[in-house]
Amino acid sequence: MNQNSPTAGGIIACPITIELNGQTRQLEVFPWTTLLDLLREQLALTGTKKGCDHGQCGACTVLLNGRRINSCLTLAVMHDGAELTTIEGLADGDSLHPMQAAFVKHDAFQCGYCTPGQICSAVGMVSEGRAQSLGEIREQMSGNLCRCGAYPNILAAIEEAMPETRKTLGAVQTDAQKGVREVQP
Amino acid sequence: MNPFSYARPTRIDEAISLFQPDSRYIAGGTNLLDLMKENVVRPAQLIDITRLPLQGIEETAEGGLRIGALVSNSDLAWHPLVERHYPLLAQAILAGASAQLRNMASTGGNLLQRTRCYYFYDSTTACNKREPGTGCPARSGLNRIHAILGHSDACIAVHPSDMCVAMAALDAVVHVQGPQGERQIAFNDFHRLPGEKPERDNNLTDGELITAVELPASGFAEHSAYLKVRDRASYAFALVSVAAALKLDGGTISAARIALGGVAHKPWRRAEAEAALVGQSAGDAAFNAAADVLLQGASGFEHNTFKIDLARRAIVRALTDAAKGVAP
Repeated sequence: MNQNSPTAGGIIACPITIELNGQTRQLEVFPWTTLLDLLREQLALTGTKKGCDHGQCGACTVLLNGRRINSCLTLAVMHDGAELTTIEGLADGDSLHPMQAAFVKHDAFQCGYCTPGQICSAVGMVSEGRAQSLGEIREQMSGNLCRCGAYPNILAAIEEAMPETRKTLGAVQTDAQKGVREVQP
Repeated sequence: MNPFSYARPTRIDEAISLFQPDSRYIAGGTNLLDLMKENVVRPAQLIDITRLPLQGIEETAEGGLRIGALVSNSDLAWHPLVERHYPLLAQAILAGASAQLRNMASTGGNLLQRTRCYYFYDSTTACNKREPGTGCPARSGLNRIHAILGHSDACIAVHPSDMCVAMAALDAVVHVQGPQGERQIAFNDFHRLPGEKPERDNNLTDGELITAVELPASGFAEHSAYLKVRDRASYAFALVSVAAALKLDGGTISAARIALGGVAHKPWRRAEAEAALVGQSAGDAAFNAAADVLLQGASGFEHNTFKIDLARRAIVRALTDAAKGVAP
């Protein structure tokens, strides 16, 4: 905090440092700035979408320290020192992340508004390593709504991209994480 | 959101000494920030407790588990000891919210989440819980999701948690620390019925902070089931939920626990219903009789009387699943 820090209502903006898509960023944020508003309004990273702003739609999903969260329901100031990956940070230059490529291949969207959240959420789901069947993918992706109803294609894209996504995570895999299997309901 | 000041203490006593009547502690923030955006809660100060040493899940000397208040819902549900010894708790947690929310939401915060009553959330309407003395529009309004047990003239809201229903059934103990020191609260004494003071969800006093939740040694791992009935298959609050746990000696019940969610201002248990099961043969007759006792005095409103029948059937099904020893 320094003398030039912005103030509002007598409250001074707080300095935070975050590792954003691989770059260290030193920022000043007011306590009431959500992580989502920081990304979109202060940093012009508009890939992360504001849908409901109440944690009900998942459009704002980002990866915070590798875990998927709703960026609309958390304050930026609380994440000093955190590592954050947004949809802008998934591709390697012009080379799409496997999950992004699979969404394109399977036409896993119509309007596209929910897509960044779907993709970040799917990557987070793979890293959790708990979804092994299509039913489990559906259940564990239930925090991401698609009002166009592109769910069948979203599911197909995620299923196909899971093995490649696991490789990008470089995590040690258990047997249970190695394959998707369709289970009978 | 209205402006507020922000503090990030690193010691528990420091956090408690910072607390003023218009302060709020914040951990996961998934419910508090939502309420602040709706102007339902307007704190002047947020005290960020995420840097306090309240992490971790440890085995207790008594063979139970001590769960730090900051442990996330997903870490708790997927902890190997919880999966193995407290599957009822794991199932209940995973039945709630979404993966993203469970990654953020804390154990302590789950206990403190507020009702999703439409009127409580809408600051343009009256609500005795939000503005004491203004009235309860839910009684004669949209009350499909509301209480059938333990409601009062002042409030018919329900507690929204799934996790708490399992913790109530498991006889968890809540550890708290506040300006007056530390104390422990039995889970069933933690939340309260609305009575004439619906603005109070629980029995914490000003500035008290949940530090841990302790589970006793017995997790009823062999015979338990969490059944949640809701309007869509996932990511919805319970219309009715049941945490059922049994100990069986052959086909005879030697111990039983039943707690209901979505039906009252707190997880609903009644010792008489559980006692009625002990010594009985596990089966429909005993389960129906226990459901009758647990639902004694239930009464609904214009849109939610269906919950009484729904709860009775859900109780029987959850007990049946628990007796079988398989997940529902």
